[in-house]
Amino acid sequence: MTTLTMAKALNAGLRRALEADPKVLLCGQDIGKLGGVFRITEGLQKDFGEHRVIDSPLAESGIVGTAVGMAMRGYRPVVEIQFDGFVFPAYDQIVSQVAKLRFRTQGRQSMPVVIRIPFGGGIGAVEHHSESPEAYFSHTPGLKVVTCSTPSDAYWMMQQSIASDDPIIFLEPKRRYHDKGEVDVDATPLPLHQATVAREGTDVTLLAYGPMVRTCLDAAAAAEEEGRSLEVVDLRTLSPIDTATVVRSVQKTGRAVVVHEAQQNLGLGAELSARITEHCFYSLEAPVLRVAGYDMPYPPSRVEDEYLPDLDRVLDAVDRSLAH
Amino acid sequence: MSTTTADETDLVQLLTPEGVRVEHPEYEFTGSDEEIAGHLRDMVLGRRLDTEATALQRQGELGLWASLLGQEAAQVGSARALGPNDVVFPTYREHAVALCMGVDPIDLLGLFRGVDMGGWDAEATRFRLYTLVIGAQTLHACGYAMALERDGLVGNGTKAEDAAVVAYFGDGATSQGDVNEAFVFASSYNAPVVFFCQNNQWAISEPMSRQSRIPLYQRSLGFGFPGVRVDGNDVLAVRAVTERALERARNGGGPSLIEAFTYRMGAHTTSDDPSKYRLADELETWRLRDPIERVRALLRTSGSVGESFFRDLETEADDLAADLRRRCVQLQGPGLRSLFGNVYGEQTEYLAAQQQAYAEYADSFEMEAGSR
Repeated sequence: MTTLTMAKALNAGLRRALEADPKVLLCGQDIGKLGGVFRITEGLQKDFGEHRVIDSPLAESGIVGTAVGMAMRGYRPVVEIQFDGFVFPAYDQIVSQVAKLRFRTQGRQSMPVVIRIPFGGGIGAVEHHSESPEAYFSHTPGLKVVTCSTPSDAYWMMQQSIASDDPIIFLEPKRRYHDKGEVDVDATPLPLHQATVAREGTDVTLLAYGPMVRTCLDAAAAAEEEGRSLEVVDLRTLSPIDTATVVRSVQKTGRAVVVHEAQQNLGLGAELSARITEHCFYSLEAPVLRVAGYDMPYPPSRVEDEYLPDLDRVLDAVDRSLAH
Repeated sequence: MSTTTADETDLVQLLTPEGVRVEHPEYEFTGSDEEIAGHLRDMVLGRRLDTEATALQRQGELGLWASLLGQEAAQVGSARALGPNDVVFPTYREHAVALCMGVDPIDLLGLFRGVDMGGWDAEATRFRLYTLVIGAQTLHACGYAMALERDGLVGNGTKAEDAAVVAYFGDGATSQGDVNEAFVFASSYNAPVVFFCQNNQWAISEPMSRQSRIPLYQRSLGFGFPGVRVDGNDVLAVRAVTERALERARNGGGPSLIEAFTYRMGAHTTSDDPSKYRLADELETWRLRDPIERVRALLRTSGSVGESFFRDLETEADDLAADLRRRCVQLQGPGLRSLFGNVYGEQTEYLAAQQQAYAEYADSFEMEAGSR
């Protein structure tokens, strides 16, 4: 067991994948000598060479499009998109090519591409550097979307994503990059597409993923002092959603609050709410509530604290749920 | 600059529209007369396939067809330049390339009939799937070429091993970001890829002048690799130029751009109406530069094949068309049921549940029908 930051855990996961399979390649802007703007790939080019850890030209569509060609030749490219707001130039290659190639070839062509995207706000960044694009990708058949909330998950889920024969959008909660946690490199990890109960409780279920798991755990700790028992489910996988774990929790508590940074309209909360209604209708004591980003473009960083869901907004929603 | 005449000083031509072989200071066609006859066969079969597919669309058997009419030499000349390991990334119009690479033409029709999205084995034929998003495949080609290099299959000096990639695209595609990004990546990594642009003068209704103020082959210079403009209706010149570019790529010399100067004699697709945007005169001018007639003229003049060759070829082409028609009308869609399994390598429980629900729903109709 070692203590690592999430950034170091991701680095260790990438390193282990590079060691395990010579077909694994890393491509992205500034990922070589610099080690990426967040240093997630630090030292990897030095140890695995420029042929496997590839500094790419500054062109997101090119990065993903060439990864498609490499995957067609049996490689397993792991590409880094530098920031969430810069993934959109690659959107066509992701949605029309990466996601559909297996389907278009009657299942013959695998696309084992991992697209790493640092996502979410809370770091005081300038515009286009704090976005949460998960719903666009979760909506797309052929893609799978995951996100980690702990260093341990970062380490294991990265390796599992690279081993997956399906394309994975791997969302890294950039504001949690420097959070520390225990990583047991000899453990047997949870399956990639499974949610987990991060904290058990009985009164209300908080459903969160990525950066909001920590926020919800803090909220649950604060609520405990007021005698309320909140359960926190860490979704981990956004597409597919692990419906069974969600349903089990909500059937127990009878109440659910979904928390995400992404804008509310047609976000993951909408899908979760629909599934909870379908599966937990007779267990529900209150409507499913959502605490999310407001339906505006991500605001200037001086006001992001007001925009982002935080402990108080989560507890306010818990109060409203319990008031039913 | 006119969009439909090339400056003759920068156009590589080895066979005039009249069927006369001419010399070029840099390029030479070294193939035999038999090979020339073979190229004629490829072009005639390609055109016959195209004519039949257009007719099938008109009769409601295909939803759409993108005609290659006029581009036979560009396609056959480049395809016949390929080595045994070279891989092709086509647009959606490379039907004659497909024929040369051994793709069963019925598999081309599946996409246009709406029964699949390309039924051929892209791995075995080395002919990747058609790509309808303009220019997207040029990046795939570039990535594939980068992978060839990582596999140690470039610059070994052995024909049995070395490989390169051809990325096909059109004049309209040169405006796409992906094509320009592919140029940047290929140049930066010295990737073994030949960018083969069929400049057929029209991107649906928009003339070449809307896409570029300079000749397309000159674009490559800005990216740091050579470009050449070839008479795209001259199968001998196209083959010679493409062979040179492929050899350079296989040997580790890096990418190059070929602009095959040709003309789309038909509509963009069967849904298009060129009479709304271009003059019949232009078509007539290009009819005189027909890629097939000039090879027929050459072969007749040289006497290297007898008249029976031409007759047999017509029969072969008609047989191909008849066989294609017979099989096309029998092509059925796969049924929705079979598609659920093609979305993921490891199917999600959610989709599996939808698959099961759909099967039960569909079966309920069959049971109802059966009980009546």
